[in-house]
Amino acid sequence: MRLLNRPLGRLSRHRRRPLAGLLVVLLGLLLTGGLYAVFSPAQASQDNSAAQIKQGRELFLAGCSFCHGQNGQGVKTLDGNQLGPPLIGVGAAAVDFQVGTGRMPAVQPGPQIPRKEVSYTPDEIAALAAFVASLGPGPAIPSPEDYSLAGLSDSELQQAVARGGQIFLSNCSACHNFEGSGGAMPKGGYAPRIRGVPAKYIYEAMLTGPQAMDNFSNGNLSPAEKRDVIAYLQSLQDNPDFGGFGLGGIGPVSEGMFAWLFGIGSLVGVATWIAAHTARTSKTKAEM
Amino acid sequence: MSLDTSKIADTNRGTPATAKKPNKAGAVAGWADDRLSLGTLTKAFARKVFPDHWSFMLGEIALWSFVVLLLTGVFLTFWFVPSMSESTYQGSYTQLRGVQMSDAYASTLHISFDVRGGLLVRQMHHWAAMLFIAAMFVHMMRTFVTGAFRKPRELNWIVGSLLLLLGILEGFAGYSLPDDLLSGTGMRIADGLIKATPVVGTYMSFFLFGGEFPGDVIIPRLYILHVLLIPGLLLALIGAHMLLLVFHKHTQWPGPGRTEKNVVGYPMLPVYAAKAGGFFFMVFGVTALMGALLSINPIWKYGPYDPSKVTAGSQPDWYMGIAEGLLRIMPNWETHIWGITISWNVMIPGQILPFVLFGMIIGWPFLEAWVTGDKREHHLLQRPRNAPTRTAFLAAMVTVYGLLWAAGGNDILATHFHWSLNSITYFMRAAVFILPAIVFYITRRWCIGLQRADNDRLLHGYETGIIMRSPEGAYSERHLPISEERAYTLTARQRDEVHELHPAVDENGVAAPGSRSDQIRARLSQAMFGDNVQKPTAQELEEARHHAEHTHELEAGLAHPASGHEFDDHNLRDAEDVPLRSH
Repeated sequence: MRLLNRPLGRLSRHRRRPLAGLLVVLLGLLLTGGLYAVFSPAQASQDNSAAQIKQGRELFLAGCSFCHGQNGQGVKTLDGNQLGPPLIGVGAAAVDFQVGTGRMPAVQPGPQIPRKEVSYTPDEIAALAAFVASLGPGPAIPSPEDYSLAGLSDSELQQAVARGGQIFLSNCSACHNFEGSGGAMPKGGYAPRIRGVPAKYIYEAMLTGPQAMDNFSNGNLSPAEKRDVIAYLQSLQDNPDFGGFGLGGIGPVSEGMFAWLFGIGSLVGVATWIAAHTARTSKTKAEM
Repeated sequence: MSLDTSKIADTNRGTPATAKKPNKAGAVAGWADDRLSLGTLTKAFARKVFPDHWSFMLGEIALWSFVVLLLTGVFLTFWFVPSMSESTYQGSYTQLRGVQMSDAYASTLHISFDVRGGLLVRQMHHWAAMLFIAAMFVHMMRTFVTGAFRKPRELNWIVGSLLLLLGILEGFAGYSLPDDLLSGTGMRIADGLIKATPVVGTYMSFFLFGGEFPGDVIIPRLYILHVLLIPGLLLALIGAHMLLLVFHKHTQWPGPGRTEKNVVGYPMLPVYAAKAGGFFFMVFGVTALMGALLSINPIWKYGPYDPSKVTAGSQPDWYMGIAEGLLRIMPNWETHIWGITISWNVMIPGQILPFVLFGMIIGWPFLEAWVTGDKREHHLLQRPRNAPTRTAFLAAMVTVYGLLWAAGGNDILATHFHWSLNSITYFMRAAVFILPAIVFYITRRWCIGLQRADNDRLLHGYETGIIMRSPEGAYSERHLPISEERAYTLTARQRDEVHELHPAVDENGVAAPGSRSDQIRARLSQAMFGDNVQKPTAQELEEARHHAEHTHELEAGLAHPASGHEFDDHNLRDAEDVPLRSH
């Protein structure tokens, strides 16, 4: 006991020294910072080699800085509108989503930047992401374990789908429609169709909230819940159309169109056919 | 009273008729007839004559789809549970396993996935409902545009309108039964419409839902409306509609041999029984095809209703589309007075305008009867062009309907045509007033133009398409007289009479009674009939005939109208027998 007590006793002798408080605060800060560095969401620090950031910066200056500013600080137009938003703190995930789906670089400003051909190679996208991530801390590109459904057993997957369906219908279907066919937003904007979108981009979209979309941070929807939503969307994709041809999956509007064009159209055709064939012996059309 | 037809000669050969052995069916029929006098009852109906025209069979689409609705509906009631009690789903649709839902929704899932043929029948039921109301609309437009609503058929017009209203109500009740996200959203809108009633709205909503929306009684209540009350009323009214049809006899198009006092066509038995029976199978076939191939109301994708959820693409079935459109384009007007909010933004588009629009169509026949003062019976139909104002009015109403329909689907328009949602709303707000007026004007002038063309055909003949060159070098198109039958058909219509205004005061300066309404009537009469083109008089036709004397000579030896090639060398060049046109 004496042996154990000695160092503590020696330490406690100094506990009222003028610098002791400061030292404790310093130690606390160091510990918190260290723990944070270990446990915080992984920053895009894995491939943050200086060369990649440098390449990303060059690409950024050429392709992005006109709207987002040379340091990603955002650019305002003369009448006070935002040309391109600031990118400090949006993280690598946002870049991977926007550039990886072809939305960025935008052709022109407008109510919504549409999805189009991807302009950069995967390496270039990674470099751009690394550069933007270096501007300030933000969500990193998710790893496949986050959104992959591969490791789930059948019953786990089924539970994930059922949970994901309820999350989807509570949070997503209001804009994206009940089976992800997309929907309209005010002033020319729209919630895009999300059927058939790769799982990574769906995950990144929830994580970063691109354009008009809400941001579902990990505190809001946990990574497991995000994966459940992806599992539900995947299950819609995998299911056959139980009822037959799905009519675009946009609800009763297309059903009404088919009722009129196909249903009434064909039945009026049948009526014409029946009326044109009278009880005459010859097959010629009745003279009106 | 029975007539033994087996002893009547059925040939005109010289050998005497011999009595055939009565067969089993005849014996049964005779037994029943002796006791129920079915013969006399059916004889009148079996010999009822119906005229032949495709447009007379539109109402039949509605009738037969109603039969399909009854058949498929009975099937669905065997499994549907009209209850809002909650339970945890453990059925075979894995995406929803473990989710809390009402029994109504769970049983609809059960019908869709676990009952053999259940999804097919459910989809057939829904498609048949869409067709039922659509066919009623088409039938109603046909009746309207041909003037078939005129005396003595005004009552049947009213019965038909009630059928349409009840059909829409029945459809809405059925749409709400599965208790899925979409039907719950629809009920929420219905709740909003009820609550928009000033002062008593909230009370009415609470009575209907048995408390705050959604409560737990609305589905059982709607179920009884849907399977008992409204179908009963529909059946009774369809019966009345058909009885009146048989009693009044069917209208027919004018033509040689067709008058206001006869019906030219074929008897119910055997011709129309076969035709109508065959048509039922066609309607059944089309609904079965649609139910089998086209997905409708995939409730498993919507999920159970929960007031906190909603989905993009939430629309009602098409027949409620105009109410939806009205709601979507209505400006956001509200009045707050003495602590009460009057929601004009919901009350006007939800409670007032649909009925105003419907009332305008239903009321038109009575307005027209008042303006013309016509008390005669009409069994011959009018061609749409011969009632230009009426036809134009319908075209304008169809335009309003179509625009409101489109406004109800504004989000679908926005996403599919890349339009701005706001621009569509602003456009529609103006278009529902401007476009119908333009359509009215164009249709009216179009009809009058067609009337002129008819008169040209009567007076100058039809255009043969043969260009003649005169010795002077002038070109002209050869016209030839139309056939007698065609001329008869074109002239078999009554002249419109514009109501003359009586002097407002007589010679003593005393105001004539009722002169105010008389003025309105005269003004309306002028507006409705003043510009119509009347058929040529007998004298004009006679002059035209003299004018075409030469052609008549050419035609004298022919059994058919001249083809026009009597004038050129076509027959010399082309010895082949060219089929003549049947003008």
